[in-house]
Amino acid sequence: MEMSQYLDMFIEEAKEHLQEINQNLLLLENDPNETGVINEVFRSAHTLKGMSATMGFEDMATLTHEMENVLDLIRNQKLLINDHMMNLLFQCVDSLEGMVVSLSSGGDGKMDVTQLVHQLKSILSDEPVSPVKKASSLPNIENSFQPIDLSFDQFEITVMNQSMQSGHKIYYINVELREDCILKAARAYMVFDSIENSGEIIKSFPSVEDIENEKFDRSFKLVVITKKEKAELEQMINQISEITKAEVISIDPNQYQKDAEIQETINIGDTDARKSDKSSNHNEKKVIGTKTIRVDIERLDELMNLFSELVIDRGRLEQLSREIGHAELLETVEHMSRISSDLQNLILTMRMVSVEQVFNRFPRMVRDLAKELNKKINLEIFGAETELDRTVIDEIGDPLVHILRNAIDHGIEHPEERKVKGKREEGNIQLKAYHSGNHVFIEIKDDGNGIDKNKVLQKGLEKGLITEKNAHLLDDKQVYDLLFMPGFSTAEKVSDVSGRGVGLDVVKNKIESLGGFVSIKSEKGVGSTFLIQLPLTLSIISAMLVQVEDEKYAIPLSSIIETAIFKKEEIMYAHKQQVIDFRGRVVPLVSLQNVFDIPKSNTNQEDEIPVLIVRKGEKMAGLVVGSFIGQQEIVLKSLGKYLTNIFAISGATILGDGQVALIIDCNALIK
Amino acid sequence: MLEQKDIVNEMKVIVFRLQEEEYGVDVHQVKSIERMQHITRVPRTPDFVKGVINLRGVVTPIIDLRSRFELEEFPVTDSTRIIIVVVGDVEVGLIVDSANDVIDIPLNMIEPPPEIVGGVEAVYLQGVAKLENRLLILLNLDKVLNPEELKQLEKMAR
Repeated sequence: MEMSQYLDMFIEEAKEHLQEINQNLLLLENDPNETGVINEVFRSAHTLKGMSATMGFEDMATLTHEMENVLDLIRNQKLLINDHMMNLLFQCVDSLEGMVVSLSSGGDGKMDVTQLVHQLKSILSDEPVSPVKKASSLPNIENSFQPIDLSFDQFEITVMNQSMQSGHKIYYINVELREDCILKAARAYMVFDSIENSGEIIKSFPSVEDIENEKFDRSFKLVVITKKEKAELEQMINQISEITKAEVISIDPNQYQKDAEIQETINIGDTDARKSDKSSNHNEKKVIGTKTIRVDIERLDELMNLFSELVIDRGRLEQLSREIGHAELLETVEHMSRISSDLQNLILTMRMVSVEQVFNRFPRMVRDLAKELNKKINLEIFGAETELDRTVIDEIGDPLVHILRNAIDHGIEHPEERKVKGKREEGNIQLKAYHSGNHVFIEIKDDGNGIDKNKVLQKGLEKGLITEKNAHLLDDKQVYDLLFMPGFSTAEKVSDVSGRGVGLDVVKNKIESLGGFVSIKSEKGVGSTFLIQLPLTLSIISAMLVQVEDEKYAIPLSSIIETAIFKKEEIMYAHKQQVIDFRGRVVPLVSLQNVFDIPKSNTNQEDEIPVLIVRKGEKMAGLVVGSFIGQQEIVLKSLGKYLTNIFAISGATILGDGQVALIIDCNALIK
Repeated sequence: MLEQKDIVNEMKVIVFRLQEEEYGVDVHQVKSIERMQHITRVPRTPDFVKGVINLRGVVTPIIDLRSRFELEEFPVTDSTRIIIVVVGDVEVGLIVDSANDVIDIPLNMIEPPPEIVGGVEAVYLQGVAKLENRLLILLNLDKVLNPEELKQLEKMAR
């Protein structure tokens, strides 16, 4: 079967499951009694196994299968969770993630998993430590073997009790196959079949699925409800060839109920409320899940493109109806305009994704980093449901990772140090997202050491970024802004965590390329806060349309300070460079006509020169244009793969008349 | 080639004219043929990049094939067409004098390009097909649209 068409779907789903496993493993690590969570993990791993086996990704299937075996034991409380096991499971998830990444980048998703599989297997082969072991001490010495690994949940016990009341018997059967048995699964099937003729198998060890896959050694065990006598059963099973032994003992489920009850009571108590809480959460999630569908972002883009065609036609219709002046026509066109703007909003919101997608991977990262650095850190996440444009979401992850790493590495102190300072041993990091106006804010706040201003200033002096003279003139904000300068790092030694050659300047650049800002607030000894401001969407921006000769250009409002009109005689020259005096500041003029070699169409010279004052950070420039057309919301379009890196052009948009206007990148115009 | 012959022994091409000569591009690489329309100039690009158009909502770059091949300039007429071609993930429109034919060329009639044909450099050619009294020049669009070359040309333009 040709699988490539399902690959995208597979990757998406695999990512989701891995995310789920990661999250739940973290929960489990914090609260090992959480049986609901382990079930979730097991389910995700199981689904992953099935998916990857169907797709033919053997390594992934093998690894998930082994994980499943371990998880199954934990789930059935035959294994106790320990650190080693958690780390191993996390490692497995990492490997699986690696495979998915390999697949999504066009690789074959193969990876050597033998080491991990071996480790998982060694966990399995360890003597199972379990609370149920107590069962072995129960008086049941009627036979040569004991049902040591039995435990029933409440439901099973009820079923068995009811069956006993109606005259049925409960047997525990141990079947051993001959050593040279070739078709073990087939024999097992025959045993199952013959028992099921006269009774019901309610449990099997290992699971039916594993037996079917021949995933058992020479023996398997069953719990059976039947009306038949013990001897009858034994004889029935022994009739099947290649079976060396079939031991049947009758058991009283109530003996095992005690154990079950004890376990129940352990779980009841403080965890109970939380448990029901969580399960209701899970339910909620699932309900939402069924109501959504996955749409390829490219299809949404296509829809958007088609829609902008409609908007252009709408503009033309509006113009025509005004010219014709027919009342009914006007009304209809007006109605259509309203509907289409609603539709436009709807399409835009479809591109919005909750920031949860990005935040989800942080708890795991923080855990690993904290372990690596021997720190105690608690990560709190607020507003994960805040929505952002898909394109922003895809880009914002890396800068956030960087800032978080920074907070963990430089910000939060070691537990002993915190104790000395009278703080709680556990450091706290808050990750908050919220809407405000047309922007989304993301805040990363730690209660660590804060930033040492003097150290920053010193470093700034060393690097020659500031001079002795103006060092003391800088306010807090300006000092912290130094941190965003290229090549600036306050870390005394390059640690493994940060200092990988990328500084905060990369973070700043990325965020600015998304049309956002980033700033730092900090108090020494108390903590630091990074505040990131992002636009809601990247696909629609407010821009000023200007005309130069016959050409129209759009300039993003975000980089415009204001529009102004200057008289010819107000222009001055500083070293052959045209400058103007803008509120006491000398601002250089940049002529769009010269920069873009725009051909002259008319020769009449105007006395007044329209100028757009634009900025790049602290620097300003006056952009000389022909005339202002006005402010407008424009839909951002890329120039495509062929024309890349055009000087001072960041993209294009389509105007109401269907023509293309280029968007000017002011950052490139200011040196 | 022999194996391919058994399966496909013909190639469907769109035929267009440039300065009295006939060229062909594989029909699989052609997305559509458009009439001439308003082109927005993109500053600081090589001369042959005429600019961009709005192709049903997608901003598409336009190349003047005459100036790309360093042929004479030619005024826009009623028969001027823009052939939208797709090569890999690059979508570009080519301005040609006219485009009005789709023909099947038997693969065995395609010959390797001669060193120089009508001034167009041989690297841009995939081959030449002789059909009765017509000579068809088959373009290698990968080479014509090579972005690396575009970058080099841009540098020269500055």
